[in-house]
Amino acid sequence: MLSLEGVETFYGPLQVHFGVSLRVEPGEIVCLLGGNASGKSTTMKVILGLVKPRAGRVVFDGRPISGLPTPEIIRRGIGSVPESRRIFPDMTVRENLLMGAYTRRDRDEVRRDYERMLELFPRLRQRLNQRGGVLSGGEQQMLAMARALMGRPKLLCMDEPTMGLSPLFVDRVLELIRRVNQQGVTVFMVEQNANLALQIAHRGYVLQNGHIVLEGAAGELLGSPEVRDAYLGGGDGR
Amino acid sequence: MPDFALRTLGDQLINGLVIGNVYALIAIGLALIFGVANLINFAHGSVYMVGAYVGWVAVMWLGWPLAPTFVAVAVVCAALGVLIERFGLRHLQSQARIAPLLATIGISFALDQLVQIIFSPNPQAFSSPLPATRIALGGVSIGALDLLIAAITFAVAAVLFGFLRFTRLGWALRATAQDREAAQQMGVDVDGINALTFAVASVLGGIGGVMIGMYFTSVYPTMSYGAMLKGFAANLLGGLGSVPGAVVGGLLLGLIETFGVALLGSTYRNLFTFVILIGVLVLRPTGLFGARRALPPEPLTGTFVASSRPVRIPAWLVGAALVAAILLPFIATDPYLLQILTSAWLFGMLALSITLVTGAAGQMSLGQAGFLAIGGYASALLTMRLGLPVEASLLLGAVLAAALGTLLTWPVFRLRSQYVALATLGIGEVINQIILNWEDLTNGPLGLSNIPPLTFLGLPITQNVPIYWAALAVLAIAALFQWRLMQSHLGRTWRAMREDDVAARAFGISLNRYKALAFIASGLVAGLSGAFTAHMYSYINNETFAATTSILGLTMVILGGMGNLAGAVVGAIALTALPEVFRPLADARYLIYGIVLLLLVRFRPQGLLGTV
Repeated sequence: MLSLEGVETFYGPLQVHFGVSLRVEPGEIVCLLGGNASGKSTTMKVILGLVKPRAGRVVFDGRPISGLPTPEIIRRGIGSVPESRRIFPDMTVRENLLMGAYTRRDRDEVRRDYERMLELFPRLRQRLNQRGGVLSGGEQQMLAMARALMGRPKLLCMDEPTMGLSPLFVDRVLELIRRVNQQGVTVFMVEQNANLALQIAHRGYVLQNGHIVLEGAAGELLGSPEVRDAYLGGGDGR
Repeated sequence: MPDFALRTLGDQLINGLVIGNVYALIAIGLALIFGVANLINFAHGSVYMVGAYVGWVAVMWLGWPLAPTFVAVAVVCAALGVLIERFGLRHLQSQARIAPLLATIGISFALDQLVQIIFSPNPQAFSSPLPATRIALGGVSIGALDLLIAAITFAVAAVLFGFLRFTRLGWALRATAQDREAAQQMGVDVDGINALTFAVASVLGGIGGVMIGMYFTSVYPTMSYGAMLKGFAANLLGGLGSVPGAVVGGLLLGLIETFGVALLGSTYRNLFTFVILIGVLVLRPTGLFGARRALPPEPLTGTFVASSRPVRIPAWLVGAALVAAILLPFIATDPYLLQILTSAWLFGMLALSITLVTGAAGQMSLGQAGFLAIGGYASALLTMRLGLPVEASLLLGAVLAAALGTLLTWPVFRLRSQYVALATLGIGEVINQIILNWEDLTNGPLGLSNIPPLTFLGLPITQNVPIYWAALAVLAIAALFQWRLMQSHLGRTWRAMREDDVAARAFGISLNRYKALAFIASGLVAGLSGAFTAHMYSYINNETFAATTSILGLTMVILGGMGNLAGAVVGAIALTALPEVFRPLADARYLIYGIVLLLLVRFRPQGLLGTV
């Protein structure tokens, strides 16, 4: 469904990615793990077209998307839950949700999806007319997910979905990701917390200093001593 | 007669509300642009002026009724707004916020001058096609135009509210204003939204322009500048970037101005705007009602100093250039050439003073002409009133300019980037307004005449060649003074402050003190230039040192390279001499300046000689 092929990116003279390649198959949850400054958030930006790779390409649904403007990439079926959520602070929860369907024209279907989201995330229903900026971190995370799903994406891209959440909300968010995936949405997530992410993921990649150093099924990675050595973050600190 | 007083009070109220309505329209446009593009759009006033002229052409030349006139204004202004965004600003999105701001100044210069070339600088009579009858209403009389202006403003506000609240594009616009990158990730074409915002804002501005043109029964090219500042003062008053705040701020400003003029006289009209502008910026930058958020953060320091390696100029070349400049009068005897170069030397000093605060210390100053004015007036008055010798008054004038100017600028030190630019512009205008209104001292708009000529060791200097040498000498001294400063510990501290003021503060640098030192040094040089100018011309008034002079000086600095002393002088020579060399272009000099500024910001932000 999504693949990165030999992606190299730079911030000015600084190289971030050194030939990064990875694949996400339909129906999977794939997580990209890595510590600070490993290049994981930039990977997300490359997929979304916010950063253009200097070499290599990104292919989505069989067609290259690297080089396309971000709105076009979204229109092709990628939903984004940005890092630190980026809720529109002065728009109501309802308006935030409907902004997620910005690219869609099928009004009736949008209304149906809107109802579905409120069933999936009942907490949001109580907050519909409040400004997005006043929600708690966990509520904002749910709103960000619901907002992205309002676009009916084939692939949901999540950047650090558990960051800054209380442990209670972390479990709930992970459970929701699993549920969304079971309903047919492919998920690609970037996470610092390896143990958490590997609990729900099917497969994972480990990114270190701009290189993919490990890949494999979630179970293998979770047990492998290499992850513990190669990858510094993880559940120990939790 | 209380009845009479009541009537005028009521009429003033109507008057203030009507003008306030128009200010609100302008302010809404600025607020939209500020919200979406995070930019203080200095070209907004010019769009408003263009709108006024389109309306004037439609009504006075073509004899159109009002409805098609407004449609024409809307169409032309929307197109103009889109063009400005697309070709003037879009490429600058990733630059420091001050870069697009400078670009809008360039655009505004160019538009104003274009209209001036096409329609002449003179005011054109503009009578509205509406009936002139007024309805008496309980001691207050209301005209058809008053009602029209109120109706249009309310209609526009209602339509805008509906658009932002209930339409897909309106939501996209708000989302883009709140979080550009997140909006992009929802599939919003943010560039398109930017263009749309400029179109909408420009339509509002243009409609405001037509209405003000009809209300004051005239249109003129320079109406742009004041309108932009008023729009911004209104916007600040209500809270930057807030649309409802812009409406309230506009109405308030209209009322304050109208009652202020009724109490103090019409020459005070603009003073209120600038005092409000600075007062709000300094005391309550979130506006009267916008308590929720502080000023939007500005990335690091404000000036845009492109990284580049400055062109190294060897000492012998500087020496040779100086000798050549000294010897020039022996070779070229054309008095006209010498006059131009003399004014280039004086502009060179202005540019030096700007390059110090703006280039070296990172404080974007748009009010530098205020320093010139203080120096000029102080020196002239010291010789005329107190009989001081000119040599002494020149120096005292410079010192006074440095002291008073720095004192007036002090409240601005806590601001950053775009806000510094706006506030210093306001301070320059306040100085101008004080000169205009303090008639006992300055003779008001009549100006000071018969200012004693320059003297050297008691001998008057009135011939072209000695004046040329004197100006050159003063420039050389100023440049040397500034060069020494830049080489010193002080110069390094200023540059540290410019590069990262937060880090500089963390290293224990007292920012306010060093900013003050920069403005003092800069004020000395500018004050000396102003004083010299006053004695050279023997006549000055409040327009001798207008705001355009500040911006012209800034353009010279950018042309030469920020913080680059040689660059400042080269920039001054180029921009003073070029329009004269191409004589047919001399009438279009501000058009040239505007375009030069626009092109520089876009293609060579480091200037000709590079930033230091």
